[in-house]
Amino acid sequence: MNFVAVTLEFIAGQTAAVPLIPRSWAWRVLTLSDYNTRVVLYGTTLLGIAAGLLGVYMLLRKRALLGDAISHATLPGVAATYLWSVSAGYEKSLALLLIGAAISGGLGGLTVLALRHVAKLREDAALGIVLSVFFGAGVALVGIVQQDSGGNAAGLEGFIYGKAAAMTAEDAWLSGGAALLVMLIVWAIGKELQILCFDSELARSQGLPVLLLDTLLIALVVGVTIVGLQAVGLILVIALLVIPAAAARFWSDSLKQILVVSACIGGASCSIGTLTSATFAKLPSGATIVLVACGGFAVSLVFGSARGIVWQGLRHRRMRDQQDFQHFLRFAYEYLESQNNAGPFIKPGSVPIALSHLIHSRTWSAHRVLAVGQQLQKLDMVVMRPDDCIELTKRGWLAARRIVREHRLLEMYLLRETDVDLGQADRDADYLEHGLMPEHLMDLDEAMRAESLFDVPASPHPLLPETVASDLPSRVLPEQGKTA
Amino acid sequence: MKTTVVSSVVKMSADAPLSVRDITVAYHRKPVLWNVTLDVPGASMVGLVGPNGAGKSTLLKAIVGMVPRISGEVRIFGKEYHHHRSAVAYVPQRESVDWDFPATALDVVMMGTYGQLGWFGRVTKKERQAAHEALRQMEIEHLAERQISQLSGGQQQRTFLARALVQQADLYLMDEPFAAVDAATENAIVNIMRTLQSAGKTIVVVHHDLHTAREYFDRIVLLNTRLIAAGKTADVFTDENLQKTYGGKLTLLEEVGDAMRRRDRSNSP
Amino acid sequence: MSAELSWEIDGWIILAGALCAMSAALLGNFLVLRRQSLLGDAISHAVLPGLAAAFLLTGQRQGWVMFLGAASVGVLTVLLTELARQFGRVDESASIGVVFTFLFALGLVMIVQAADSVDLDPGCVLYGSIETSMIRKMPLFGLSIPRVVVTLGTTLTINSLFVAAFYRMLKVSTFDPQLARAQGVPVNFLHYALAGLVAVTSVASFESVGNILVVAMFVVPPVAAWLLTDRLKVMIVLSLVIGVLSAVLGHLAAINVPIWFGYRSTSTAGMMAVASGGLLFFCVLFAPRKGLLSQLLRQWEVSLRILGEDVLATLYRAEVAGQNAVRLVGLVRSLLVTKLWARIVIEFLQLRRLVSRESDGLRLTTAGRSRAQNIVRSHRLWEHYLASEAGMSNEVLHDGAERLEHFTDRQMRERLLVESNAPSTDPHGRPIPPEA
Repeated sequence: MNFVAVTLEFIAGQTAAVPLIPRSWAWRVLTLSDYNTRVVLYGTTLLGIAAGLLGVYMLLRKRALLGDAISHATLPGVAATYLWSVSAGYEKSLALLLIGAAISGGLGGLTVLALRHVAKLREDAALGIVLSVFFGAGVALVGIVQQDSGGNAAGLEGFIYGKAAAMTAEDAWLSGGAALLVMLIVWAIGKELQILCFDSELARSQGLPVLLLDTLLIALVVGVTIVGLQAVGLILVIALLVIPAAAARFWSDSLKQILVVSACIGGASCSIGTLTSATFAKLPSGATIVLVACGGFAVSLVFGSARGIVWQGLRHRRMRDQQDFQHFLRFAYEYLESQNNAGPFIKPGSVPIALSHLIHSRTWSAHRVLAVGQQLQKLDMVVMRPDDCIELTKRGWLAARRIVREHRLLEMYLLRETDVDLGQADRDADYLEHGLMPEHLMDLDEAMRAESLFDVPASPHPLLPETVASDLPSRVLPEQGKTA
Repeated sequence: MKTTVVSSVVKMSADAPLSVRDITVAYHRKPVLWNVTLDVPGASMVGLVGPNGAGKSTLLKAIVGMVPRISGEVRIFGKEYHHHRSAVAYVPQRESVDWDFPATALDVVMMGTYGQLGWFGRVTKKERQAAHEALRQMEIEHLAERQISQLSGGQQQRTFLARALVQQADLYLMDEPFAAVDAATENAIVNIMRTLQSAGKTIVVVHHDLHTAREYFDRIVLLNTRLIAAGKTADVFTDENLQKTYGGKLTLLEEVGDAMRRRDRSNSP
Repeated sequence: MSAELSWEIDGWIILAGALCAMSAALLGNFLVLRRQSLLGDAISHAVLPGLAAAFLLTGQRQGWVMFLGAASVGVLTVLLTELARQFGRVDESASIGVVFTFLFALGLVMIVQAADSVDLDPGCVLYGSIETSMIRKMPLFGLSIPRVVVTLGTTLTINSLFVAAFYRMLKVSTFDPQLARAQGVPVNFLHYALAGLVAVTSVASFESVGNILVVAMFVVPPVAAWLLTDRLKVMIVLSLVIGVLSAVLGHLAAINVPIWFGYRSTSTAGMMAVASGGLLFFCVLFAPRKGLLSQLLRQWEVSLRILGEDVLATLYRAEVAGQNAVRLVGLVRSLLVTKLWARIVIEFLQLRRLVSRESDGLRLTTAGRSRAQNIVRSHRLWEHYLASEAGMSNEVLHDGAERLEHFTDRQMRERLLVESNAPSTDPHGRPIPPEA
């Protein structure tokens, strides 16, 4: 079929023009000595920046995919304008086509709002309807265009998959204008947009025109989409609106920084994608840009400094280690206490503690106990002995005493202030103590009127004796007669 | 008539902080507020009390124009709300926003100043200082730079309160500020309300707990779709009034509301 | 002027379109109710790399490998979306956006990379060409049937079997996933199975009708059906009917509409999407209960009835006050309505023989009088109730009762009577008339 061939040629088109890339060509691309490359590069980069900025607000307003409906809705506008301009005898003009695209894209956006608020349909349904019905109309119109004007109509296909290489200086100016406009608006009314996205109730109670601001956002999305049609095509333009913003969220918890990061990721993906697609054969520009952006997203997801998986995992692990250290030390101290040796500091090495006690006292694996012991040894809190026993160092003993004291204060506080029973208080304290901050401790001290900062109160519940500990899975059993 | 306290149509001076006349609000033809008339005198601390679904939050939203009223009018210091926006600080329920939003406590408090800054106004050192001061008043200045998702429920509520403080309003409308907060936060909020009151400000608070309401507020409004009673706390908290508010004796009104909706439906094939 | 239809070609095209529409709409019901309408769009874009990979491996455009590749990418889409949501705390729709654009871009690159050796066209995937796909036929039951029709028929069968087999589980897990999970329904399995079938359906449709039609059919007929009914089974059936209607209307439109404007016929797939949009628009306007028009009419009907009852009550009060007839002007003034409305209402009342027009003005008929008496009775009973039980002040009593009286039947009046200790006068001291 004719248009199959046309499409293929089109998609491969911009690179097929340079079948065998001469070294000098790649060199010229990379050094930007080529005028065309420069134009395309500036155009797409500015577009990426604009989309990155705008995307942040769309994401925070929970309307990330509105851009998808709008971009699909531009197709009938393009095709209808084309048909009209041909029948009216005008030259095919890009500006006209883009105006048509803007009108039908805006219409699509408004239809989404109307379906939401007048027909009371849900957001996802409204988006799906507008997207598919408008695009269907576009496809029907493109079908008509195709039969008439064969090759000439292939220009319309460019809107679907994008054709960055075909960007002209005019287009670059256009995306520059769009980027500038978005930046200007973000700079001028950034704080209004911030309130709108964070707390639309506050916005309304302060008299901000919520509907107008939303419409403004939609208008900007239409603008970015129009520019993006050229570069990445209407199916993938949503990627520029969503991916950089979603990726930037991994790097920071501050809106300003997110805006900057998102703009950078958007701009960088567009420039890298454009250069890559211009350098290597058979890489369609739109798809390449999107893949580069996805790479950025993946890197952010894994390594992002605020929410990246690695960082979160590390933090989680450090917290778990911390907890295990505390439990380890606390048990060791309580063991010494049960031996009546806790009082004033005992000489290092004077009282060994069998690791098997520790293993039985908590639901730990032997492996984990050994690992924790070794880590504590590195911190000079514990000495591991060859006979599977440990000793507390002076440092370890002091730390253990502080931990036990905090735990018991908290336990007593919980017992006094809430209705929990002993076992529950112990577990609650176990859970809570790791989150204690200095300010809490001071409150706790005050609440419990502890006499001295170094005083360790007796445990409100009996501790497990050495003799029983080894045969008990956990220390649920309160016991009597021991401690002597 | 059996009732001792009817509605509080006490003649107030024209510039009472808040004056509500015959407000009716309905969602899907089901009445949520019915002909509520209310005057709040200056420098008072008013508790808005009633069972779930009594329309307490809706009343606040209707006052600040966030839900459309079927009838009635609202006056803030004798003027329409939109002429006097800066005089009112509205504190929405904590759950109404996404606490995962990328902002610090300071950012959130600073949003309170945006109303006065107006369009295109820039945040200056002055606003920043005001925000810090508000955080200090709520005793969470040390959390200024903390990401809001990492604040506890009580700290988030304090942040919201600080945002209201920074608005420098004369009338504070707070929607359930005590919901799911710790005792210390509750105390801090009550203290700040007392401070505001002694500075001549007026505070209207949606509140759930009858026991503490008696202690916190000097005036009480009992609401259950209609205004049951309003006035000095001691006068309003009578068994009879509480029975009316919580006793569900007014089921007939519920039913007629249902009937209205049913009739609506049966009209269509 | 209209183009001639040939059953040989157009019949098959419509059948293929209808089969595709039904396969998609069947699954779409659950997507729409789960608020995942966009999953259809996302998956149908995302299957591209699956197709490309299967094609590169086997070198064929047909066959089960293709479907397997697509189905696994469909499941992968959902899986990746979930991962981004859980591990990255990315907003759901944003994570869908990231995942499907990634997969689509990947598919595009794969196809273009292999463009020399591969006859696979993304344009075709997007719009399909139902017209050309009819050419390839295969023998079945002694008939020569287009391959596409066989493929789509099989898809519809699979989808129907799935929905029939898991209907109750799908229903409960769509309505309340928490409850379903507690009852031991395999919620996750259903979710991924649904996603896999959505992908299979997209692939089955891609060469005949294209992605766009499938996306439209996943969303539009179910939403239109939802506007028409509140019951799931009825909704499913209606969505199938609407899907078939869109196929028929879409094909007719594709053949005829361009000719009106002097062009030749255009893509059926696109027009089917437009037709379904048209049907949806029709439902938005004219659906019996959720439609805009019926809501408007209902409002008018209610206000007409309320105004009518107010007229009756006014006439009744005038009669009690000794005034036998009331002129229109007086009514307009006391009820604060426009003259036009008042005239309409009075026509309406005359038609129902509740009011008669005499030379000196309007009078109640006997039937009208007893209606009016009950309305006034309701009004005064409510006034009493609101004053004594709800503690409303005197000046607002009237307004409250004014609204309630129109929705009070005999039974409720009796309960009012009981609950307010059978008063004989209203709070203003006026007598409460007896039940008529």
